[in-house]
Amino acid sequence: MTWGVITFPGSNCDQDCVHVLRAVLGQRVEDVWHEGRSLDGLDAVILPGGFAYGDYLRAGAVAATAPVIEAVREFAEAGRPVLGICNGFQILTETRLLPGTLLRNTTQRFRCRPVWVRVESTSTPFTAKIPEGTILEMPIAHGEGGFYAPPDDLAAIERGGQVVFRYCDPRGRVSPEANPNGSAASIAGVANARGNVVALMPHPERASEALLGSADGRRLFESAIAWMAGRGAAAAARTVTPAVVEAAR
Amino acid sequence: MATFRIVIMLKPGVLDAAGQAIERGLAALSYDAAQVRAGKVIEITVPDSMRSRVDEMCARFLANPLIETWRVEEVVAA
Repeated sequence: MTWGVITFPGSNCDQDCVHVLRAVLGQRVEDVWHEGRSLDGLDAVILPGGFAYGDYLRAGAVAATAPVIEAVREFAEAGRPVLGICNGFQILTETRLLPGTLLRNTTQRFRCRPVWVRVESTSTPFTAKIPEGTILEMPIAHGEGGFYAPPDDLAAIERGGQVVFRYCDPRGRVSPEANPNGSAASIAGVANARGNVVALMPHPERASEALLGSADGRRLFESAIAWMAGRGAAAAARTVTPAVVEAAR
Repeated sequence: MATFRIVIMLKPGVLDAAGQAIERGLAALSYDAAQVRAGKVIEITVPDSMRSRVDEMCARFLANPLIETWRVEEVVAA
């Protein structure tokens, strides 16, 4: 499986993602520059964390105008897996590929600490192989991570099963105390309606080796790898053999 | 050419963390402020042919319609 990791000017977690995919998980990875216009040959794409284009105007707003975004849009519309992490989440909401937006933390502080999230949906490539209700420990590092959507949109996101991760305590209880940034409904990650575009504020790539305190984040990447392998097998099984074509004539 | 001043504010009801922080700063200096809202101002100068598209620029890019409102004022040179 070949992953693409997009680097915008100001991205600063791109190489962490490349490291985890390549060195920890043995994946093929291509660096994609923000001026790139093609994602051909890639099986999944990551928009990493950082401060793309300096986060001027609004976090992710200028990045959403980058040349590569049209390619990301086509990639997403083709049903291929797209993962946004932290600033990548902000960029994906600004492109409107994902619903809602991210507000400044209600705590008025940049939060940099481990958090726990509960897996709320397994209908995405990145959570398909993680049992619902699993509690994952990953770090956050952001000043603008408060998920917000207008009430009707929020209801639609909940109804559509698009909440993928919710902040919780280490035992899985969702509470205001376990919500680090004032996110609506403690939402830490969402998906698009189809489930192939997923983003979250916590950093799975910073929690993919036990040496770093938690390897829980690795499960998202492993899930996508297994999901892709399963899809490949299903596609192979559907392949029409010449004999079948002959018989159909 | 025409110059426009665009004032962008968070919608009422959307929590304004920057406004709250400013309010606390004012209180620390013993100024009472019932409410502080922080927004941003963008001034753009465009060719006359683009006059009619300033609102579209706001809706698509300069503001986020989910959380922000905007007001466009033409700046008349003194």
